[in-house]
Amino acid sequence: MANKNLKLFVNPLNIDNPILVQILGICSALAITVQLKAAFVMAVSVTLVTGFANLIISLLRNSIPSRIRIIVQLVVIASLVIIVDQILKAYVYDVSKQLSVFVGLIITNCIIMGRLEAFAMGNKPLPSFIDGIGNGVGYGIILIIVAFIRELFGAGTIWGIKVIPQSFYEMGYQNNGLIILPPMALIIVGVLIWVQRSKMKELIEKK
Amino acid sequence: MQEILNIFVKSIFIDNMIFAYFLGMCSYLAVSKTVDTSAGLGLAVMFVLGITVPVDYLIQEHLLSKGALTWISPSYAEVDLSFLSFIIFIAVIASMVQLVEMIVEKFAPALYNSLGIFLPLIAVNCAILGGSLFMQEREYENIWQATSFGLGSGLGWFLAIVGLAAIREKIRYSNVPAPLRGIGITFIVTGLMGIAFMSFMGIKL
Repeated sequence: MANKNLKLFVNPLNIDNPILVQILGICSALAITVQLKAAFVMAVSVTLVTGFANLIISLLRNSIPSRIRIIVQLVVIASLVIIVDQILKAYVYDVSKQLSVFVGLIITNCIIMGRLEAFAMGNKPLPSFIDGIGNGVGYGIILIIVAFIRELFGAGTIWGIKVIPQSFYEMGYQNNGLIILPPMALIIVGVLIWVQRSKMKELIEKK
Repeated sequence: MQEILNIFVKSIFIDNMIFAYFLGMCSYLAVSKTVDTSAGLGLAVMFVLGITVPVDYLIQEHLLSKGALTWISPSYAEVDLSFLSFIIFIAVIASMVQLVEMIVEKFAPALYNSLGIFLPLIAVNCAILGGSLFMQEREYENIWQATSFGLGSGLGWFLAIVGLAAIREKIRYSNVPAPLRGIGITFIVTGLMGIAFMSFMGIKL
């Protein structure tokens, strides 16, 4: 039993990663990866919402009529996101301003709906909760990798702290302005998919 | 009038939903295999955006924002319901999508079958909710500006998905490295298209 739960948590981190393999939740993932801090806040929010939405829907799963399940799921997710939004506004106002509409867009993040439909509707509360947290973390890891690359090469900082020494700039090193632009996030994720699939041959798509 | 046209052009090219904000990526990547299907989905998204943004604008102006309820009684001037906007917006969107689904099923059954699961999933297409939230954040002055923003972003989304579908139909005949095949190369193509769209930046009418 414990082993099974561990698998639920570990699988989404790599072999069943929501972004790289299931291709879910890209919508809100890429726009906020210019800075590590914003990406981290986003990753934590999504993990919490996914986990608790899975838990709540799994508790309710036997009493939801299947015709209106999408509406019920949306209401549960939207309420959780409102709570997250108010907490962010209260404690990290600057990050919340920077994330702007993307906090609200957690509602339509396909990872959450996807996991609710695929897992929570048919499983017990505890495994569902673990599955939600696992998928949230798997999503967060990719977010943080992309944000790390973009902030390091784009602005020369990590978490807002300068890491590339001034002497480099004096020798003619320049920040790569291209990597800050939105399209580069897509290309970085494309390359991450490439790297992961060349390590795991079983994920390669058939012609 | 000029302002309306400006918002329209800006939301198609410069603030393109896909290339500038990555909204609606899930269905964008999944449905863009053939041009026909993707044009159908693009039209549906444009239609839903063109309706939901103005409707949500009216709700925002007359029910949710601070002091909006004064038309009922002046004593409500301090009431601020804008924290409810997420739930209200998503409810409007879900019901509009239901409507579109019924219309498409009645009048274009072939399209209905080829869109499959992605038609109801427009409800959770980030581009739709994103349109309403951007409308709220950018504080458009009147309903015409909001409408032109909604239609413009819809048209931008339509152009993007049809363009990608056309490229993917051709890419099937090229020799892509095995690990990049399918979704990987699609990401990179989208990124390159985004860079191309950035050349529109700074256009002002």
